[in-house]
Amino acid sequence: MSDATSSARAQILGGIRRSLRRGELTGEDRSAVAKRLADPPRGPSVARGQLPQAEKVALFCQWAETLNATVARVGPAEVPGEVSAYLARNNLPANVAMAPSPLLEGYDWAGQKMLSIRRGRGQGSDQVSVTGAFAGIAETGTVVMATGPDHPVSLNLLPDTHVVVLRESDIVGGYEDVWGRLRARYGKDLMPRTVNTITGPSRTGDIEQTIELGAHGPRRMHILVVRD
Amino acid sequence: MESTAHAFKENVGHALADPNLQDSLAKLKVGFSERRRQAAERLPEFEALRDRARDIKNHTLAHLDFYLEEFERKVIGLGGHVHWAPTAADARRIIAELCQSVNARTVAKSKSMVAEEIALNEHLEALGIAPIETDLGEYIIQLRHEPPSHIIAPAVHLTKDQVADTFLEHHAKLGFDKRLTERNDLVAEARYVLRQKFLDADVGLTGANFLVAETGSSMLVTNEGNADLSNTLPRMHIVLASIEKVIPTLEDAAVLLRVLARSATGQESSAYTTLNTGPKRHEDLDGPEQYHVVLLDNGRSSVLGTEMQDILRCIRCGACMNHCPVYGAVGGHAYGWVYPGPMGAVLTPQLVGVEEASNLPNASTFCGRCESVCPVRIPLPKLMRHWREREFEKHLTPKAVRQGLAMWSFAARRPALYRRLTAMANRVLALFGRADGRYRTLPLAGGWTRFRDFPAPQPGGTFHARWAKRKA
Repeated sequence: MSDATSSARAQILGGIRRSLRRGELTGEDRSAVAKRLADPPRGPSVARGQLPQAEKVALFCQWAETLNATVARVGPAEVPGEVSAYLARNNLPANVAMAPSPLLEGYDWAGQKMLSIRRGRGQGSDQVSVTGAFAGIAETGTVVMATGPDHPVSLNLLPDTHVVVLRESDIVGGYEDVWGRLRARYGKDLMPRTVNTITGPSRTGDIEQTIELGAHGPRRMHILVVRD
Repeated sequence: MESTAHAFKENVGHALADPNLQDSLAKLKVGFSERRRQAAERLPEFEALRDRARDIKNHTLAHLDFYLEEFERKVIGLGGHVHWAPTAADARRIIAELCQSVNARTVAKSKSMVAEEIALNEHLEALGIAPIETDLGEYIIQLRHEPPSHIIAPAVHLTKDQVADTFLEHHAKLGFDKRLTERNDLVAEARYVLRQKFLDADVGLTGANFLVAETGSSMLVTNEGNADLSNTLPRMHIVLASIEKVIPTLEDAAVLLRVLARSATGQESSAYTTLNTGPKRHEDLDGPEQYHVVLLDNGRSSVLGTEMQDILRCIRCGACMNHCPVYGAVGGHAYGWVYPGPMGAVLTPQLVGVEEASNLPNASTFCGRCESVCPVRIPLPKLMRHWREREFEKHLTPKAVRQGLAMWSFAARRPALYRRLTAMANRVLALFGRADGRYRTLPLAGGWTRFRDFPAPQPGGTFHARWAKRKA
């Protein structure tokens, strides 16, 4: 740390402590806050998302559609076919950029003769991406993307059309359940570089407060909710 | 940006006479506030969440030093860097040096009110670094060389036709020489033009809605996805955030997110809520190689522990301005600096000085709608009243107002005199007649009656007199 940085740091922290009329937190005060950080209390629970799993899935689909995504509920064997069919139905190109994810292995992509698949990060020219999802949030129809070598962030953002493959068992009630899953997978306090929670396609209301889809991110989001 | 808060009255004159602005504001009054009401009604826990959101922010402010240090520790542990900026000048210098360290020519910026507060764009431009605003609204006003007029909808003062003219003027040289008439075409053209700029940018600069101490993450909420492109594609990601943006944990973020989008736009959830934590990991296929967080104080630490501390809870949703009759009449530019509306009327005197901005806390009828919708329950009218008191103490209040207040206070502290004076005023006013209960004109009160009627005294004397009669 350079001298300038450490003195600026001391200036700000010292200013805060002077205003709060105390020194650095110590003793019981400090352990109380440290405990709150180690074992975070939850806020008021939101009843909407607290449902049996089947109803959570239904609520997820309902909100996702309300918020401008489209949803197809399919069995595992139908996933590649639904991707092809969706692209054909919407006159979209059959060249897709796909996340190199274990979540997407095990589907018979080779059986889709029309699909041309490139695995890797997103590029400016990509029209369609296909990715898995770390979780879905029933409360708001939100998909959660945890990025990593198997899920480049750019696939969530650059293409015009984002196709998301989400397993029913990965749909949870609210944000708190997602945090729990992230901690279980990556460890407490450890996060992947980027976690995107995405609710429907990109949008803007910046011209006359009227919503237009496809501002910078995808114009279309199609979610395949897969029975497992 | 240079403050014109001192010229509030002249600014208001222009705003009221601007037909485009008045059209836009008329839409604002029904749009945001009605959608917020519906979103709040759809969530039975909304009021309980507001209470919790207030408590979380209060807890954090009482332990702000601790949480900032925790946040810093986590960011450094993941290979990121934290820079402390006591003043706006410090933050500008730090960001400029970071940009220069990678020989940046362009910076993809996602909307940040703190960047407006420190006038970052002007500073970078002077150094030959081009900041490119990527939020559609910010992009439009950057082309027009205007400041934002709303903290979440920066171009809300403009009509579609004005945007079309601006795009034609600036995009014609890129081959877009047809004037567009549809909103979706305007959005598509901006998307196309900005996409290339994202791909070329050397640095991505974003603000933060929250900094999570538990994980060292910066959290950003947008609808367009521009912030996510800004923090993913360039090789350096700089987060600029003020110190009060830190919150303890992800659980706290869940509470705040539930009230933020609903209060701001009436959405159940914004389209993108993103957590960024450190630079790209070794094996990641994309993401920035460098991750820097610039923590700005700029006077905030001195607000802690004072009667104004509550303003530091603000999560910048804009609900107070969406519901403010004064903002609704004059728009954001009239406030003369970065933060308009009720939250601006409280924050601006703090940041630029009460001498410059004393008009703003006076631009309120104290109707209380701002406080009634604030997701973190900031008592905005009370804080504006504190500023009025400080203004009075500092002798900044205009002489006529001071003398009027002094006379009133002299009389009000002497009940017998007060009753005699009001009874006399009542009789004098009665000389002008009570025909229909109001006066359209009145001698010496032209300033009042030019815009509204003055109520005529009721028969039977003053309130005091009638009350005494009734009790007898």
